[in-house]
Parts: sequence; structure tokens; C-alpha cells
Amino acid sequence: MYRYMLMVRRFNERMLLLQRQGRIAFFTESNGEEACQIGGAWPLNRGDWVYQSYRDAGMCLVRGVTLKALVDQLMGNADDPNKGRQMGAHWGYKESNMVSLASPVGTHIVQAVGTAYAAKFKKDKTVCFTTFGDGATSQGEFHSALNFAGVFKVPVVFFCENNQYAISLPFRRQTASENVAIKAEAYGFEGVLVDGNDVLAVYKATKAAVDKARSGGGPTLIEAVTYRMAGHSSSDDPNRYRSPEETEHWKARDPIKRFRAYMTKKGLLTEQEDRAMQEKVENEIVTVIKESEKVPQPPVTSMFTDVYAEIPWYLKEESDELTREGS
Amino acid sequence: MPSLNMVQAVNGTLRDEMRRNGNMVLLGEDIGRNGGVFRATEGLLDEFGPERVVDTPLSEDGIIGMAIGMALYGLQPVAEIQFLDFIYPAFNQIVSDLAKFRYRSGGQYPVRMVVRTPYGGGIKGGLYHSQSTEAYFTHTPGLVVLTPSNPYDAKGLLVSAMRSPDPVIFLEPKRLYRTIKQEVPAEDYSIPIGKASLVQEGDNVTLITWGPMVQTCREAVALAGRENIRVELIDLRSLLPFDLETILASVEKTGRVVIAHEAAKISGFGGEISAQISERAMDSLRAPILRVAGYDTPFPYALEKVYLPSPERILRSIRKAYNY
Ligand SMILES: Cc1ncc(C[n+]2csc(CCOP(=O)(O)OP(=O)(O)O)c2C)c(N)n1
Repeated sequence: MYRYMLMVRRFNERMLLLQRQGRIAFFTESNGEEACQIGGAWPLNRGDWVYQSYRDAGMCLVRGVTLKALVDQLMGNADDPNKGRQMGAHWGYKESNMVSLASPVGTHIVQAVGTAYAAKFKKDKTVCFTTFGDGATSQGEFHSALNFAGVFKVPVVFFCENNQYAISLPFRRQTASENVAIKAEAYGFEGVLVDGNDVLAVYKATKAAVDKARSGGGPTLIEAVTYRMAGHSSSDDPNRYRSPEETEHWKARDPIKRFRAYMTKKGLLTEQEDRAMQEKVENEIVTVIKESEKVPQPPVTSMFTDVYAEIPWYLKEESDELTREGS
Repeated sequence: MPSLNMVQAVNGTLRDEMRRNGNMVLLGEDIGRNGGVFRATEGLLDEFGPERVVDTPLSEDGIIGMAIGMALYGLQPVAEIQFLDFIYPAFNQIVSDLAKFRYRSGGQYPVRMVVRTPYGGGIKGGLYHSQSTEAYFTHTPGLVVLTPSNPYDAKGLLVSAMRSPDPVIFLEPKRLYRTIKQEVPAEDYSIPIGKASLVQEGDNVTLITWGPMVQTCREAVALAGRENIRVELIDLRSLLPFDLETILASVEKTGRVVIAHEAAKISGFGGEISAQISERAMDSLRAPILRVAGYDTPFPYALEKVYLPSPERILRSIRKAYNY
């Protein structure tokens, strides 16, 4: 767990750096949210499905997505399993059941309910897990999803990573509800509030919800209360809407620091081991970046595939014209 | 061969495919116990049970979003939206997700599902039970858009839709649900996606239409016949992809084109057909391409009959093209 948390933090820092250097176009960090990322994904089985959002690189890693596949996506190169079709951090990895996401906030939440329905229908033991931010709870699909999940009692776990902001809008302006978790009550199932900066607490809460879903107990809404320590994305400047004091306050609650202190105290981690681990992770990332940068961009005609199962006549025409005459 | 109306054809086709394919599920508002407000799913709950014929809460984004999630996991949902006019809460699901899943994931996550929905005017439904907004969907790469105009085609196209690897918007002209009866073979058959139907041959003017307007156009063709104008009537059936070959072959023959649809004229799908023809068959054209369409207003209630293109209005355009 700890190693994954370090990996996400380093990954975030490195990717932001790449963005600043113009080597990738866009990135959404999860600094401060590593406990949610790792603790949230940890209890899931390999066959479980995750409907993710754009801050979930950490979950991808836990689910077995390679660093290279993440970096390939950010670079939109020919090795990206998504064929370079989407802007950065719009991951999709079928092998790991990390479902491809769209930019419009919240559409995936209700899709997760459909997948959970299908799993139940097929009598599979699959649990469907979906992540989203506090901002997404204002979208219609959040409401529809919880409503449908309650009505159909399907094996789905809603995981709200409440990082206090939706770009610049603070949580207090997102809803007049005391918190997100209590919203579950209105839909007829349990909502759970958890300290999102405590990886073990997140793990425990998620594990309980996942077990419940798997054994036919229906949906749960988890709200993990955390803080987005960085900007919303590589294009955002958080100083415009929040004070340095506030950020300092949360910095003291840094989930990695907390977990490190815990592990050290329990004698599970020495300073030396910690340093070695950090170095190893750093090296891994640097190596992967070098590899990914060698991969060319997708071939031009790949623009026309996957719109449909087969290329229709008019796309064939457009593709041929592009090949013949150039762009 | 049983003689069926369009609702019966849709109903029977759904039932046959449900029997054939255990992964097929239906979902929508009032489709179970009530059999759908137009009765298209009548009797299916009894035969297939509430897990496969799912009455959902009143939420279109919920219906389409849920269906997408089902489809990704390997079910084959056919979602019913009660009226096309109410699809907009799900527009985001359709345009942002349904149409783009395959593409954006590099082919990892294709979505195979059908959205059935009644559309068009003629039932005194006013603004919100009458519209023909097919162009919203034909303007969305990734979707297939089909619309039958008779019971026989309804079955053949719906079969193709349900077996298509791509997401299909299946538009059912509600005004024709019960007005035409036709022999519909009980055995399995399908009509290929992207193939128009040549309803009537003629060599003076090409009349292109689809869905509910096909019947109106038939009347216009008959009226034109009395004036010795031989009209070739094409029912597109498949709007996206559309059958350019059939269109161009006809235009080469006639050199004169009228396009008729119920939807408002500006940015209607007729504009696309017109543009395709003028880009490719300019040399064959002997008259400007004319469109007969709904007026560019919201769909009126009291003046519905005036709004909908009539056989006489279509005839006037046929004459104009012919005499140009
Ligand atoms: C429907 C829609 N509206 C606006 C946006 C622009 N946008 C992208 S992320 C975002 C904030 C989302 O906040 P939240 O759900 O709390 O997630 P977080 O970014 O904090 O993880 C906004 C407004 C969008 N992507 N989709």
C-alpha cells in the first residue's frame, strides 16, 4: 500500500513536470488523495469493475495498469490502448476492468449501476465500484444512479472522493447538505463517512461496502473526506480561490506522512527502506517516461477506425482522401 | 403470413429476439406491467419476467446510462424512451458516452444496444409529443439511425438493429403504429442497415423521404401520376449510414430532386442529402433540389395539420422541380 502511495505521489509530480516542460499537454493530479486512491481500490477483486474519473491513476496502478500504459495515454502515442483518442488522464484499460471515462462530469456513475445490474443478472460475483468528486454529486446522473441503485438493489459501491473543491467551487457551495454520505439515506441505503486521508480507514470502509455488495446486500455510498493539495489540473492556479493557510492546514494531514509515521511507529518501515523505496519508484517512472517518449504518434488513418465496428463508406472516402491529399 | 400493424411487428420482433438471445433485456418507463404506452412491449413481462423486462424509475438519463453499463458487461439492452421528445435528459449519455465509447477507448469498450423511441407528429401531441429531431442524432458520429415506415420494414430493421455491433437509435413513426397493416413473415429476416428502399420507380422526379412521411409521399406520388409526372419514391430507412448509391442512381435518371421530411427545414437531415447530391451529381441536375419540411417553428398543437407537409404541398414542389 505504502509503495503504491509513493508511486502515485511521484507519478503526479513527474507528470506535472512533464506538462510544464511541454512534453504532455494535460494532467490531473491527485496529491493529497493517495489514501483514497490506494485504500479505495485495494479491497477490489481482479474481476470487479471500476467506473473511474480523471484523478484515478492510483487506482489504475493498484488494478494492475502499468506505469507505461498510463504514460502512453498521457502522451497519446501509438502504444496507448485508447489509441491516443482522448486528452490526458482519460484512462480506459479493459484488461484491468478500468472503464474508459468521458469528460462530462458524472455520466459514468449511472453506467456503473447498469453494470452492477448485469453482474447480478448473470449471477456473477462481480462488484461495480465507481469514483467521482464532490462536484459530480450535483449532476443529474448522480441522483439517477443512486435512485436506480436503491430501487434495483445492485452490487455497486459509490465512492465520492470529496477533495473539498470542484475546480474553484468549495464544497459548502456545492450542496447545502451537511455532507455527501447522508444523501444515501434519501435513496434507501447506507452512506458512510470516512477520513479520506487515512488509508487504513478508507480500506476498511471500502472493504465492508464491497463485501456487502458481493454478498447481495446492495449499494453503499462512501464519502472519503480529503483535500486536493494541488490545482484542479495542470491548467489551474488554486491561489486564485483559496488561501495558503488552508493548504498548510491540510498539508499537516498529508496521507503519506500519516501512513509513514504509523508504519515507522509499528516498526514496519525504517527510514532506510523508505528512502530505497522512493528511489526505486522514481527510477521506474523515469525509465518508463523515456520508453514512452520513443513511441511514435498513432498512424493518421487510425482516426477513422472504431467509430463503428466497420468503417462506413463515407469514412472510407474521407480516409482515402486524407491519405491521398494529406491534411 | 400474419397481417400486422407496426406496433404488433415491433412487439413480435422483440419477443422473437428475446427468445433467441438470453442476454437481451428491455428497459424503460411503463414497459412491463403496462406493456408500454403504445403497447409495443405488451405481454413480454409475462413471458420473460421482471429481470429481463425492466420497469425503470422515471429518468431518461438513468435508462440510457444503465443500459450502457449493462451493454458493457455483455447484456444486450433495448431501451425504450417513451417519446423522442423526452430523450433530452439522456442526450448527454447518448452523445457523450453511447456514441463515443468504442472510439474513445480505442475499441476496448464497444457498446451494443438499441434505443427505441416513437417520434413524429400526427397524433395531436403538441410541442412535446410530436417532434422529429433525427438530425441531432445523424450529426453524432458513432450512432446508427434507423427509421422504418411500415410493419415489414419495422421487423427487418429492428432485427438488424438488435444484431448490430454499433449503438442504434431506432425511430418509430408513432402515427403509423396502427394505420397500416401488412403481411409480416413469421420467420427470421433482416433488412441491411444502410440500404434504402425504392418504393416506386419513376423517371421524372426523385422524391426522397423516410419514416412517417413515406405514406404522405405515396399520396403525393399518386397525385403527380394523375398529372403524368412519374415520380421515383425513395424511403431511406437508414439515415446514418445513408444509401447514397440508390440516391445517386435515381438522380442520374431524373435530374430533379425533392426531399420531404417532417422535421423543421433549417439544419434538417434533408439539407445533408441535398448537399451530398449537389457535391456529387451536379452534372445530372436539371433543377434546384427542393425541400418540403416542417416549418421552422416549434411543433404547433392546434395547427398541426398545417405544419405537417401535406401531399398537396409535396406535389407543388414536385411540379416545381418538374417544370423548372
Ligand atoms: C458536465 C461538465 N461540466 C463542467 C465540466 C468542467 N469540469 C471538469 S472537472 C470539474 C470539477 C469537478 O469537480 P469534482 O467532481 O469535485 O471532482 P474533482 O475534480 O474535485 O476531483 C469541472 C467543472 C465538465 N468536465 N463536465
